[in-house]
Amino acid sequence: MSETEPLIATPSQTVGPFFHFGLTGNPNGRMVDRLPAGAPISLVITVTDGDQKPVADAVLELCQDGVFGRMPTGENGTSEFLTTRPASHVSVCLFARGLLRQLHTRIYFPADAGLPHDQVLALVPEHRRHTLMASADPRDASIWRFHIRMQGSDETVFFDM
Amino acid sequence: MKVRAIVSGTQPPLLFPPYRSTIRRAPKEPLIRIPETLSDLNAPVYGWWPVGETDNDLTRQHQGEPQGERIIVSGRVLDEDARPVAGALVEIWQANAAGRYKHVKDDHPAPLDPNFTGAGRTITDADGRYEFTTIKPGAYPWRNHENAWRPAHIHFSLFGTSFRARLVTQMYFPGDPLMAHDPMVQSVRDDRARERMVSRFELGLTRPEWALGYVFDIILRGENATPFEERT
Repeated sequence: MSETEPLIATPSQTVGPFFHFGLTGNPNGRMVDRLPAGAPISLVITVTDGDQKPVADAVLELCQDGVFGRMPTGENGTSEFLTTRPASHVSVCLFARGLLRQLHTRIYFPADAGLPHDQVLALVPEHRRHTLMASADPRDASIWRFHIRMQGSDETVFFDM
Repeated sequence: MKVRAIVSGTQPPLLFPPYRSTIRRAPKEPLIRIPETLSDLNAPVYGWWPVGETDNDLTRQHQGEPQGERIIVSGRVLDEDARPVAGALVEIWQANAAGRYKHVKDDHPAPLDPNFTGAGRTITDADGRYEFTTIKPGAYPWRNHENAWRPAHIHFSLFGTSFRARLVTQMYFPGDPLMAHDPMVQSVRDDRARERMVSRFELGLTRPEWALGYVFDIILRGENATPFEERT
């Protein structure tokens, strides 16, 4: 087999601020087609920038056990997904104005039995692992919140794949 | 299984100060690399989009015809080994011929076109091919710096067969003088990679008495990863 030079991949570019009519979100925030197996939860994700201001022009894509969801953030930088408590984690892909490439992160759930054995979490310095943990709403155990801090103190861990 | 490392300069950096919005949005901490063996390589299921009959013809989505220069944009979606990516969802969105988006926050004083929304979607065929009929988008100002204008472009979103192959990019038009002044285009330092974002005029795709044809092939990374020698 002859060795041929691989093709250069098409570069990424930002989604810009005006994607909403092109990248439609899930109806009612539900994950697409079917819910992954597990207890239903509401996953409320907030995105803030280096000035701790809400990022109102981001779009979040979730992938959980092969099931996909997509929602833009609202004026408060937040979007709410109706999904289920995952077996281990939710993969998140973040696009926004000002991001020339998407960012990848993961949402874990504290006290999950699998956490000590999670090989990806083990790659993350211990003092930064908390940035990947969802927190339960104190009044409603079915509501979980996750804060994506794009930059600055307590910056969320982002992954390169 | 190994995934090809990104050749330096062929993808934009996260921090690129000439594009001002990157300054407060680019993470400062280094990204943490997930080895291939630990990555989620699930193909996302995106089935709630019904791809309708006029979804790949942006000139037929309203009562009347939109204003502007009718064009055909077609190409193939391939992996880094030039193999076709079949069944990929391709979504596009763009400004109208006057350079105005159908978006509540676009305040550029150019007219909206009641016959043009500017969004389309399609699925690649077995050969990785897709085709859209649309209107050539106009350039528009964007306040990033003094007298900043975006070159005419069409936004593209692609789902391949894994989260790693997910791509959002922009397609530009050959010979556009604004590309040399555009921080988004210039954020890609490698000449060959930058050229990947520029479509090519093709007389063979041009339909007589109807529309000019532009070819835009798209190469997804990390698709169909096969064993190979790691490059240094």
